[in-house]
Amino acid sequence: MIVLLTGNEAIARGAYEGGVRVACGYPGTPSSEILETVAREYKGEIYAEWSVNEKVAMDAAAGAAYSGIRAMVTTKLVGMNVLSDSLFYLPYTGLEAGLVVVVCDDTGMFSSQNEQDNRWYAILGKVPMLEPCDSQECKDMVVQALQLSEKFDTPFIVRSGMRIAHSKSEVVLGERASNIPKAKDFPRDIAKYNCNALFARNKRQVIYKRFQDLKEFAQTTNLNKVVWQDTDLGIISSGVVYEYAREVFSRASFLKLGMVHPLPGKLIKDFASKVKTVLIVEELDPFLETQIKALGIETRGKDIFPSFDEILPEKMRELAVQAGLIKDGEEKRIIDLGYLPTRAAVFCPGCPHRSTFYVLAKLKVPVTGDIGCYNLGCLPPFNAQHTMGSMGSSVGQLHGVSISGCPEKAVATIGDSTFFHAGMPPLVNMVHNHGKGVVIIMDNSTTAMTGHQDNPGMDQTLMGKPTQRVDIHRLAEAMGAKMVRTVNAFDVKEVEVTLKECLKWDDGPAVMITKGECIFISRNPQPAYTVDLNKCIACETCIKVGCPAVIKAEEIYPKNKRKKAKIDPVLCNGCGVCAQVCATGAIYQTEKLEAKE
Amino acid sequence: MNSLNFLVCGVGGQGTVIASDVVAEVGLKAGYHVKKSDVLGLAVRGGSVISHIRWNKEKLHAPMVGTGEVDIMLSFELLEALRRLNFMRESGIVVVNTQKIPPVSVTTGKEEYPSKEEIVQKLQGSVKRVYTVDALKKALELGNSKVVNTVLIGFLSSLIPAEPELWREAIRAFVSPKYLDVNLKAFKAGRKLGGME
Repeated sequence: MIVLLTGNEAIARGAYEGGVRVACGYPGTPSSEILETVAREYKGEIYAEWSVNEKVAMDAAAGAAYSGIRAMVTTKLVGMNVLSDSLFYLPYTGLEAGLVVVVCDDTGMFSSQNEQDNRWYAILGKVPMLEPCDSQECKDMVVQALQLSEKFDTPFIVRSGMRIAHSKSEVVLGERASNIPKAKDFPRDIAKYNCNALFARNKRQVIYKRFQDLKEFAQTTNLNKVVWQDTDLGIISSGVVYEYAREVFSRASFLKLGMVHPLPGKLIKDFASKVKTVLIVEELDPFLETQIKALGIETRGKDIFPSFDEILPEKMRELAVQAGLIKDGEEKRIIDLGYLPTRAAVFCPGCPHRSTFYVLAKLKVPVTGDIGCYNLGCLPPFNAQHTMGSMGSSVGQLHGVSISGCPEKAVATIGDSTFFHAGMPPLVNMVHNHGKGVVIIMDNSTTAMTGHQDNPGMDQTLMGKPTQRVDIHRLAEAMGAKMVRTVNAFDVKEVEVTLKECLKWDDGPAVMITKGECIFISRNPQPAYTVDLNKCIACETCIKVGCPAVIKAEEIYPKNKRKKAKIDPVLCNGCGVCAQVCATGAIYQTEKLEAKE
Repeated sequence: MNSLNFLVCGVGGQGTVIASDVVAEVGLKAGYHVKKSDVLGLAVRGGSVISHIRWNKEKLHAPMVGTGEVDIMLSFELLEALRRLNFMRESGIVVVNTQKIPPVSVTTGKEEYPSKEEIVQKLQGSVKRVYTVDALKKALELGNSKVVNTVLIGFLSSLIPAEPELWREAIRAFVSPKYLDVNLKAFKAGRKLGGME
């Protein structure tokens, strides 16, 4: 049967067909839908979980693979940095059953803090890597990676990317593998599974030998394909840009690499010897090009294509024309659109983070920030989250500010899921090392930005099983913070008063938990608010809460000649933050007023 | 028809991705090779969202289209239609929902939202045909502002020679069973606005 699947859905399908029994990961765009699909479609066959972070997911998958079952880990590009610590011991130990790590890169930086080329991890960690170019290959390569993982006794990485993960193409479905291994007695093979240097040192030889075998395998595997056409131009490529190149250079010959580490040296030399010009088409770093040049082959590549951002077909064609590789196509019509208002993402109407950023902007305190929806607080109208680096870094940075002698008391903003992921160690560190400042844990009871996945603060797992909530307030107290306050995130005054109190605290870090459910999971939606135009004096205070539902009315307030405010009843979710900041009490909740009448 | 390139655009939260999924699914069912690419940006609401869908009788490679290559644009929002206009062929068709969702840069008075007339005029001057649809009004008539996307799908379906049943089948596949009934009504209403049914 042929179906349309996204790359992420196809990877989930590959896990199913390939006999995976355990799949772990941490949510992160563009990889999140893989585990969501596993949990939705293959619940009966595969155990799936959102682990607390990528390193924990990697270790959990390792433990499962040591116990004899096939396992998969999913991560976004930067999660590789978190899990690499654990990934890197696995080529040393090997495993009892197949283990595959799926990483989704984010070339073009649509939703990530950096643009790393994760192919280097294959070399650095000595882990073989496959790279699919569409959904069919996503599915097939996960199946194949699991088989090869068992054959070569090493984990395999499958590298996807945003344009594969969030694109759909046709996939021929297969059956789930037969004879899927089951958990067996745990191997007490210390020399294999304990990476004490005594044992691990010997494994360097094993890894070296494995790569010699893998290099031989790469020469003949069907993962690498040659398409012979016109031999004036021979293109070596992999991943989604291979697909772009097939359209842009429709007549060229291609060596399409499905296995990007290790590379098939002989195959590449043979291909290069049969074409006039070798062109390497790859996004980001000259990963293939550097290695292919080292084989003594003259190539073109990064002299034409940039080493950052995407190389979409249109740009590829333009650069190829400039380089004289193809003839100029027809002229494109460019319509002058004039200046268009920008559309940045904003806090949703009813978002529990709005009040906190309204207060932070008002108090003008320095804010070290973290990764999540609340980073939208760095944008207008708040401009109040001043840093953002990596998961959990807000709390570590806050500590650094406090020990620097900086005259200002600073605040860190971190979400519930991010706190569990990487915010706990730096808070413990602050307690131990006398750090000062306010850690605001913005607990919206979900992992909102990546699509509302569960986290340890919630009462249900990815598999839909009821579970115990980890209480953040008690956790912070147990970590040794002496000042811990939980406030209603929708109560602007309570947020402000408590934050001021926390800012005065000098005996170690103060922790303020702003509790309020994300509007997407809220079980208690409220009726919309309305502006009483007779009372509105067009002071625009409500506009400053940056809510998409609060807009300007046509009516003008004669004294200041400004437009009065109004509220879009379709967008408003009834949180009441605008009403709380209104100076004249002009904003009221529709249903309540009607009830009064 | 050997190939059709679609572009679905709008504002995060409007249901553009489901609409693009439906368009892709109908293409496959109608016997085309299909590829689709979504640019979602952040998975939170309020940003610009865009999906490319390609139908082709031949096997396809790239999942996206470039400048001047789109035959049909389905825009969920006025300003977003204008923003994506350079994707359009001169011979193309734009279906645009007349809903305005002012960005915060506009509500806070930093930037101006062009008038509806200005936008529609610009669209009309650049492509063969422009259809304006008040899908929000229709959705509210049906009692659910969320079915704007299905009203628009219904309108789009009236322009494309694919069996209406294929569209309904695809809607069934992507809409939660709880809301299927109102979505099928919205689809019908959309087709009616397009002069079918």
